[in-house]
Amino acid sequence: MEIFGIPSQALFGQLLIGLINGSFYAMLSLGLAVIFGLLNIINFTHGAQYMLGAFAAYLGLTHLGLSYWASLLLAPLITGATGMLIERVMLARLYKLDHLYGLLLTFGLALIIQGLFKNHFGASGMPYAVPPIFAGSFQLGFMFLPKYRAWVIVMSLLTCLLTWYVIERTKLGAYLRAATERPELVQAFGINVPRMITLTYGFGVGLAALAGVMAAPIYQVSPLMGTDIIIVVFAVVVIGGMGSILGAILTGFGLGLVEGLTKVIYPEASNTVIFLIMIIVLLFKPAGLFGSEK
Amino acid sequence: MVTDSTEVLSLQGVQAYYGESHVLHGVDLSVKSGEVVSLLGRNGAGKTSTLRAILGLVGRRSGSIRVFGQECVGQSPHQVARLGVGYCPEERGIFSSLSCEENLLLPPTLSAGGMSLAEIYAMFPNLQERKNSPGTRLSGGEQQMLAVARILRTGAKLLLLDEISEGLAPVIVQALARMIRDLKAKGYTIVMVEQNFAFAEPLADRFCVMEHGQMVMSFAAAQLSEQRAQLNEYLGL
Amino acid sequence: MTQSSKSDSSSRTQWYAFGLMVLAFAVLPFWVYPIFLMKVMCFALFACAFNLLIGFSGLLSFGHAMFFGMAGYVSAHAAKQWGLQPELAIALATLSACALSTLAGMLAIRRQGIYFAMITLALAQLVYFLCLQAPFTGGEDGIQGVPRGKLFGLIDLKSTTAMYLLVMAIFLGGFGLIWRIVSSPFGEVLKAIRENEPRALSLGYDTSFFKLIALILSGTLAGLAGATKALVFQLASLTDVHWSMSGEVVLMTLIGGLGTLFGPVLGAAVIVSMQNYLADLGSWVTVAQGVIFVVCVMAFRKGVIGELASWLKRPL
Repeated sequence: MEIFGIPSQALFGQLLIGLINGSFYAMLSLGLAVIFGLLNIINFTHGAQYMLGAFAAYLGLTHLGLSYWASLLLAPLITGATGMLIERVMLARLYKLDHLYGLLLTFGLALIIQGLFKNHFGASGMPYAVPPIFAGSFQLGFMFLPKYRAWVIVMSLLTCLLTWYVIERTKLGAYLRAATERPELVQAFGINVPRMITLTYGFGVGLAALAGVMAAPIYQVSPLMGTDIIIVVFAVVVIGGMGSILGAILTGFGLGLVEGLTKVIYPEASNTVIFLIMIIVLLFKPAGLFGSEK
Repeated sequence: MVTDSTEVLSLQGVQAYYGESHVLHGVDLSVKSGEVVSLLGRNGAGKTSTLRAILGLVGRRSGSIRVFGQECVGQSPHQVARLGVGYCPEERGIFSSLSCEENLLLPPTLSAGGMSLAEIYAMFPNLQERKNSPGTRLSGGEQQMLAVARILRTGAKLLLLDEISEGLAPVIVQALARMIRDLKAKGYTIVMVEQNFAFAEPLADRFCVMEHGQMVMSFAAAQLSEQRAQLNEYLGL
Repeated sequence: MTQSSKSDSSSRTQWYAFGLMVLAFAVLPFWVYPIFLMKVMCFALFACAFNLLIGFSGLLSFGHAMFFGMAGYVSAHAAKQWGLQPELAIALATLSACALSTLAGMLAIRRQGIYFAMITLALAQLVYFLCLQAPFTGGEDGIQGVPRGKLFGLIDLKSTTAMYLLVMAIFLGGFGLIWRIVSSPFGEVLKAIRENEPRALSLGYDTSFFKLIALILSGTLAGLAGATKALVFQLASLTDVHWSMSGEVVLMTLIGGLGTLFGPVLGAAVIVSMQNYLADLGSWVTVAQGVIFVVCVMAFRKGVIGELASWLKRPL
């Protein structure tokens, strides 16, 4: 079957890849948005923390025989804990300063983490098997849908929506949103805002690591897997605007799809299309699609 | 309500800094349970800084600050608040991303004895009307009411109010004065920073005047007529 | 974030430091490999140009490699494919950097400070991918065998001495220009914007315009550095447009001292030396750079020259 002159298998295959990429863009830009909202820093380490999640799964499997499911739970917790340590020991001291120092610190940490892993594991990727329960594909008629990919899309949607719900609809989320606006006043109400900040950073990092575990069976586990994706995610964040959680989610998935579509129609532009969209958005709506001018 | 003469708030020799800037040069203050104390002084005298210093919202602090008998000069703001302090800042601090009711319900309960939501709506009916509007869509007067109302829910018994009458229409200011009298009757201890002496005059049990980060006058309402001349000098009236 | 200058006009200490720097570059080639020194000078100019933006205007660009590397490609292509004389190749490349920084500036200045870094990074990544795919850049191989040519049609730059003198002239010229800009009324406005933008706005300054000009100047001079480097090494490659190059120039400026005149020069010398001597250690260089970033941000924010200037109580 052909659609617009493109074999349907190819078209839907690329759209699926786009949706998968979009799942990771959404999860990662969500983590960045949550961290930026409360801490006002751009977490350059995010890509490295995504990589750490994937490696935690890989090393967990090869050294400890941990299953995918155990890693899905443990990797975010462990990586999140290291994130909280970073926040307590280093980031917290920088809040009084120009927030560009926070950016520089997280950049430096990213270099350290990536450098150490690259030294130890080399630059090439290591495979991580799809968990057996997801082996095989669904036959949908117009395409094959690998079960693991379906799981990734569902899981990332669930995670994003759950995060959105907690932030927008719960008391905890109300404290977070209030502390984003006026941290001092929320402290004066009796809320331990510094601890909330630490936990929020840990959560954002954990989200990145969770994305990493989910990514392991799809992309190879490599020390460099974080860098290139994080720059694209920055563009996604600029396009979406960091104003809204829902905006980050929609932009992530949407841009993934656009990237997939571009790969079918005009492959040469596929790795630059998101940046080009960023330029267009900056020209016409500088605050981002869902952002608001502060 | 019986007011006993326990000291609810005590500052002794309090120095405070914002970074390099030395804003309080040894402040002494003592407030008893059930009192309404008005903190007066010109712009920049250190009145707001005193309230912020009590809560720990300044840079370095030294000296002694006792709230409900507990020494808290070394504590962080959330710990001081949990002793039972309610703070209404000068800028009111209504959260734009929350509705009026969400703003009202935001501060957590610090101790028992706070007003219930029903009681608050009884005292401030217009807040009930606007309960689903975004917090910052309320008028200035409503926002001021909201800012005070939300700390009444928490069970805080010591209220620190910073310039609540500022920039509001006379009708609203009168309503605020009635509110202060109601709260006093219910036994709250209130420290009010006020530039508007006319607002503070009929409400306060005691007046404390600050200048250059220090307390320069402290007298009971009964002594107002004797002290009026010197007071006017300090306030530049 | 940076120290404020103690006096409006250049201090005597700065002139002494300048003299010392000129002397050093004049005399060192007798002991140190001249190509290494030329590399230092090119990166020093790159870092000084970068510092104009971050140190004096308060804008952190994470994409400066796009100006540096792109100009390198243009000058290499002009010299090799079009046979332009070196001064024309460099001039053309510098102009292309000017155009690119104008475009980048018009996009990036629209958002507030914290987004500026992300936008410049994303734009630089776009440039990287374009350079990866475009035919004229030679992809993974880059442009090799770039002829140095004859300066003004007369002086053969194959001679290391001649090339060295040219690079030194370009470096000192660029440095001098930056010094002039920083000490000028325009520079004072930039510093005012860095210190307190709302106040500068309320005084009637079109801060976006000033920031844009600062970015254009910074990008153009970075391009000058890149164009010169392409002729020194007779090579233009993807490394020069990669994001790690953007990160390195940040590091050079940070370690030398943000907002100081001579800091970036020292920083460039340190980082280039480090790369040379640790080249065998592969990824440990990345780790070392990361560690330096972290240490500088946590404990050494003024950088070497910044600390020295602070101790001397004089601007440097």
